Amino acid sequence: MGLTNNSTGIKAVDSGLVIRKQTPNDKIIAVAGNPNVGKSTVFNSLTGLNQHTGNWSGKTVTNAQGYCTHGDMTYVLVDIPGTYSLMAHSAEEEVARDFICFGDSDAVIVVCDATCLERNLNLVLQTIEITDKVVVCVNLMDEAKKKNIKIDFEGISSKLGVPVVGTIARKKKSLSNLMQSVSELLNCENKKVPIKIEYNTTIEEAVDIVEPILKQKLNNKINSRWLSLKLLDYDETLIQSLNKYLSYDIFSDTEVKESLEQAVSYLTDNGFTKESLRDEIVSCLVRTAEDVCSDTMQFEEADYNARDRKIDKVLTSKWTGFPIMIAILLIVFWITITVANIPSEILAKGLFWIEDRLTDLFHYFDAPNWLHGMLVLGVYRVLAWVIAVMLPPMAIFFPLFTLLEDLGYLPRVAFNLDKYFKKCCACGKQALTMCMGFGCNAAGIIGCRIIDSPRERLIAMITNNFVPCNGRFPTLIAIISMFFVGVVVCPFNSLFSAFLLTCVIILGILMTFAVSKLLTITILKGVPSSFTLELPPYRKPQLGRVIVRSIFDRTLFVLSRAIVVAAPAGLIIWLMANISVGDLTLLAHCSGFLDPFAKLLGMDGAILLAFILGFPANEIVVPIIIMTYMSTGSILELDSLASLKQLLVDNGWTWITAVCVMLFSLMHWPCSTTCLTIKKETQSLKWTAVSFVIPTVIGLIVCFVFANIAKLFL
Amino acid sequence: MNTLKDLKQGQIGKVNSLLSTGSMRRRLQDIGLIEGTDVECLQKSPAGDPIAYLIRGAVIALRSEDSSNILINY
Repeated sequence: MGLTNNSTGIKAVDSGLVIRKQTPNDKIIAVAGNPNVGKSTVFNSLTGLNQHTGNWSGKTVTNAQGYCTHGDMTYVLVDIPGTYSLMAHSAEEEVARDFICFGDSDAVIVVCDATCLERNLNLVLQTIEITDKVVVCVNLMDEAKKKNIKIDFEGISSKLGVPVVGTIARKKKSLSNLMQSVSELLNCENKKVPIKIEYNTTIEEAVDIVEPILKQKLNNKINSRWLSLKLLDYDETLIQSLNKYLSYDIFSDTEVKESLEQAVSYLTDNGFTKESLRDEIVSCLVRTAEDVCSDTMQFEEADYNARDRKIDKVLTSKWTGFPIMIAILLIVFWITITVANIPSEILAKGLFWIEDRLTDLFHYFDAPNWLHGMLVLGVYRVLAWVIAVMLPPMAIFFPLFTLLEDLGYLPRVAFNLDKYFKKCCACGKQALTMCMGFGCNAAGIIGCRIIDSPRERLIAMITNNFVPCNGRFPTLIAIISMFFVGVVVCPFNSLFSAFLLTCVIILGILMTFAVSKLLTITILKGVPSSFTLELPPYRKPQLGRVIVRSIFDRTLFVLSRAIVVAAPAGLIIWLMANISVGDLTLLAHCSGFLDPFAKLLGMDGAILLAFILGFPANEIVVPIIIMTYMSTGSILELDSLASLKQLLVDNGWTWITAVCVMLFSLMHWPCSTTCLTIKKETQSLKWTAVSFVIPTVIGLIVCFVFANIAKLFL
Repeated sequence: MNTLKDLKQGQIGKVNSLLSTGSMRRRLQDIGLIEGTDVECLQKSPAGDPIAYLIRGAVIALRSEDSSNILINY
C-alpha cells in the first residue's frame, strides 16, 4: 500500500483478488507477517514488483500478487495484509485469515521481525494451527545484528517444527535460502512435525468432542482442530467465510451443531465463559511463543533500543516535538522550492524553445493554422506547463518524503498529534493517512483502511482533501513565488516561500481538525474508540533505493497520469477558446457566465472555470487559466515565472486573487479519482457526496469571507 | 490497584489483569499484553497523551482511556 502505479489513480478503485497463475504448475505462496516487518520488501525483492514499502504499520491493505522463479519451480506470491493475529478483529485480519484458510495456497511464508521475534511468533503459531506448510522468514537480520541480538535458527526451527530462515530482504542470497526452504517444504523434505499448541485440558477435551465430527465432514479441506477451536470461540466471521468459500453452513448440520452444543456446555460447566475461553487461548499462544524464544534468543545488550529511545525523547518530547515537526515540514518545502527552481526554469526554457521549433516546422509544411493551434498551442503548451512546473517539485519532494517514511518518522507524527485527534473524537492514525494525501488523495483515502473504527475512518476520508496533493502544491508554490516573494532566486526568498507554504499546509491541518470536530458533533456522532499505535524502530534508509523508488514509483507515475489528463484537456480548452458562438468564444461565454459569482470569491470566471475543468486532475488548473487568458489577450513567451506573473497581473490578479486561488486550491472538491475511490471505499453515494460538498462549501465560505474583508482594507 | 496509566516514565510494571473488553481487549492480547507481561513506560507524547510503552520488545502507544483499564503490580 502506498503511492504506486496500482494504488493511485484509477487502478486504486478496483482491488479484488483473483490469483492468476502463469502456468498450471505455479505454486501459490502466501506472504504473511506482522505489520512493518519488511514484508513488502521481501515480496518485492522476490517478485521484482514495486509494492510500496515504508516504515510504518499497515501498508498493504489489499492482496497483491507477483511471480518468482527458484530452481525449476515457479511461484505466484501473494502479499497479504500485515496483521498481528488471524483472529479476525479487523478487515485486514479477516482478509489475511481467509486467504490462508481458503486461498488454496500451497505454503505460507510468515515474515517476522528479528528484533521483535517473540511477539511475531504469535502469528506464526496461529498460522501453523491452520496449515502445516509454513516457512518462517526472520527478516531484518541486519537490524538484529546491529542490536547484537543472536538468534538460534536451528533451535527455533526444531521447537516450531517448521523451517526457519534468517533474511535481509535487500540481499538476494538470503532470499534464495528462503525459497530453497519453501521448495524443500513443498517437496516434503521437511521431516519435522509442526508444533501442536497444547491448551488447558478442559479446552482440549472440548475440542475432542467436536474435532472428529468436523474432520469427517470437511474432508480435510480445512484443519479440523483449528476450526473446532474457532467454533468453540464462536468466531462469527469465520462461519460466514465457511459459507462463502466452501458453501458449507455449519449450523444446518445437526451432527456438528449437537457436538458443538455439547462441547460448549462442557466448557461452561467447567467454569469457562466466552471471554475467559478466548483469554486462555490467546495467553496460551503468547506463552508458547515465550517458551520458543526463551533459550533460542540472546540479547547481548540489555538496552538494545537505547538509541531509538534517545531519538524519541527529542522528536516526541513536550518542548521539542511540535517545533521539530514544523521545522521538518519547513525544511522539506524549502529544499523542494530552492532546488526545483533551477530545473524548472531550464525545463521551461527548453520546452518553449521546442514549441518555437514545432511552430517553425508547421509553417515549413504550410500546415493549417487550426492544426498548429490545436496541437502546439493547445496540447503541447499544456503538456509543457505540466512538465515544467510539476515535475521538478515532485522529483524533489517525493524522495525527501520517502526518506522520512523510511526513517520511521511518520508514526511519531501520529503519536504527537493523537491527542488533538482524540479531542475531535477521531483517530491519531488519521495523521498517517494525511501524509499519504500529500502524494495523492486517492491513495490517502485507501490508506484510511488502517483506521479500525468505521466512524473515524469516514472522518479521515472526508477530510483527506484538506491536505494538498502533488497536483496542487506545485500550484501553491508557483503562486507563492510569483506574488509573495521576489521571483529572483535567493536563499532567503525561498525560505520565505517555504514558510508561507508551511502556513498553508498548517491551515489545511487546522481545517482537518475543525471539520473532524464538526462532523463528530453533527452527522458522525460518537466517542473516540480505543487505539494502539506501534512506533517502529528507526531504520537507516538506503538513499539509492529511496531515490530510485520515489522517481519511478511516484514521480514518473504521477506525472504520466497528469500528462494523460493534460493532453486532451489542452485540446478541449483550445477548441473552446477558438470556437465562437455569437461574437464570443465558448471559453469566454463560460468564464463570463461564472465571472460575477467568481468575483464574489475574490477570483474571476477563468479561474473558477479552470477549477471546474480541473476535476479530472488538479495539475491542469493553472494551464487552463493561462490558456484562457492567452486566448483573449496577447500571446507571449511564457518561459519564466516573471512573464507568467505579468500575464496574470494583466488579467487583473492582485494579491487577494492569489490568496483566494491558494485557499480554493486547498479547499475545494476532491478530484474525480479521489471521488471514485471514496465511492468504492464507502460503498455509499451519500458519503461520496458529503466528501464532495464539505470541502467545497468550506472553500467557498473561506474565499468569500477573505476576499470581502480584504477588499474593505484595500 | 494501580493501572498502567499511573506508571511514571522509566518505571516497569507487571500486568495483573485487563479490564478492557471487546476489540480493545483482543488487540492488547494480540500484541502480547496478557497477565504477567512486563510493561515499561517509555515516553509521553508532547500533549501528555498517548503514552508509549515497551511491550515485548515493541513500542506501542496507548491512550489514557485504554491504559487506565490495565491493572498492574509494581
